Amino acid sequence: MAERKAFSELMKKIEAGEFVYTGELEPHRSIDISDVVSWAKTLKETGRIVAANVTDNPRSDSAISSLVASYLIQKETGLEMIYQLRTADRNRLALISDILGAAALGLKNILALTGDHTKTGTTPSAKPVFDLDGTNLIRLVRSLVDEGKDLWGNEIHGPRPELNVGGAGNPGMEPLEAEVFKLERKAEAGADFFQTQVVFDAEVARRFLRAIEHIGVPTLIGIFPPRTYAQAEFFDKFVPGVSVPREFMEKFAKLKELPKEKRKEKINEFNVDYFVSFIKEIKKEKACAGCHIMAVGYPDVIGPIIEGVEK
Amino acid sequence: MIITKEKPLDEILELLEPFSKVLVVGCDGCVQPPRGLREAETYASLIEMASKARGKQIECSAITVSRQCCEEGLPNWVKPDGFDAMLSMACGIGVQVMNIIFPEIPTFPAQNTVFMGAEEKREGRMYELCRACGDCVLGETGGICPRTRCAKGLMNGPCGGCVGGKCEVTVQIKDWKGEVVEEVQNDCAWYLIFERLRMLGRADLFRKLRDPTDFGIWVPPRRI
Ligand code: SF4
Ligand code: SF4
Repeated sequence: MAERKAFSELMKKIEAGEFVYTGELEPHRSIDISDVVSWAKTLKETGRIVAANVTDNPRSDSAISSLVASYLIQKETGLEMIYQLRTADRNRLALISDILGAAALGLKNILALTGDHTKTGTTPSAKPVFDLDGTNLIRLVRSLVDEGKDLWGNEIHGPRPELNVGGAGNPGMEPLEAEVFKLERKAEAGADFFQTQVVFDAEVARRFLRAIEHIGVPTLIGIFPPRTYAQAEFFDKFVPGVSVPREFMEKFAKLKELPKEKRKEKINEFNVDYFVSFIKEIKKEKACAGCHIMAVGYPDVIGPIIEGVEK
Repeated sequence: MIITKEKPLDEILELLEPFSKVLVVGCDGCVQPPRGLREAETYASLIEMASKARGKQIECSAITVSRQCCEEGLPNWVKPDGFDAMLSMACGIGVQVMNIIFPEIPTFPAQNTVFMGAEEKREGRMYELCRACGDCVLGETGGICPRTRCAKGLMNGPCGGCVGGKCEVTVQIKDWKGEVVEEVQNDCAWYLIFERLRMLGRADLFRKLRDPTDFGIWVPPRRI
């Protein structure tokens, strides 16, 4: 694997040894992205979110092109984007086109994903592509960046794209040994960073971070402070590989009973308390380079959580 | 009819390298050209000679069965005791059924399955095991085909959709009226591959970074 080069703010900060925070933006099936733009502004105003992911047909629900949305949001807000790109919908030619397009538009990060199966989303009759998997997509990006050619020897003309590429990990995967092998493959493919699926249990995160420490790829642990009990329950029951500690659910269940005026404030307090100590715990681990905060549309907690950790 | 083409001898020798007693199993079923006893015997002596020349003798025996895709018949027809690996002359379906029926020792493919020339009509449920990709990887994936049994055909799985060994994709079985009679959640192929390779002491093969599938050799209609 060639030496990693930092092109993005995200990678530069990681290499400078800073504990980084990233956010998440989910544009919809719409040509109006003003809501995600204003959310990106909120993230930028925290002063501590270095970059934000832009989802690509999440859960295989069709949405506006993540490439276009990444470009527009970055241009409008100045916040660096992590362009998510999945192999579920594009063959290797389309992937090369979009990688080059991303670099030409000034994007600096790609998160290479396989993506959920097309059968699980809004359009189950779609032809599932999966020409490459997420791991080989990492390899493709690195080959274009490092060697100026694709994996099949076709050279690109002119300057090489300047992009950093990340891969996804799942700390809750059983057996963990298989996940570690998978991330070893992604590291061999050339991943610059990893971002993980949501974790609620600090012990799960710690076990994972220790198991992948030898791989040496900076890793951002994903968290999702839930705004409501239903959201927490959704993660616990329906999100693959994610479980929420019983204690968390029990405490949240009590907050749910509070009168409406008080409820919101108490839930915010609870989330801030819980995730500040969660992040403080994982921050001690060598493999942990930062935290990916997926609190979409929940600005009340992001600032206070980061402040709580950093003070 | 199922068409297969011989894998290069070097590839077979590489797959069999760690073993010293190998049973070559022919198939008298629909595979074409014929891959029965005579062909199995030819392979057995070829492997014995070539392995000797390479300095590590592999002892081979040869048998044949009427159909390697028959889960019911195989335990009566094949007695793998005393062998540490088997080499299947059958298609990708036969190789996998052998691996399902005899999980304690690995069965490797001697052929690349290139396509199914015609469909058989049989009663009862069937499940897909091989898509005749023409570049059989079963020898490296614990006898479980990722191109067919992984819903995404991934070469570096499992994906994030694997939970508790099950795949995120469900399959509906419909009756002749088109009504759904059963919904099945398949096992995750890559979970099975991991478990089998670990059991066989070959977790290193699971760890291997694999190249993408060459879909260029898969463009219909194919000819050989
Ligand atoms: S790799 Fe799979 S699809 Fe290809 S020949 Fe082998 S069993 Fe069949
Ligand atoms: S869960 Fe397993 S079988 Fe299903 S698509 Fe993912 S890797 Fe393939």
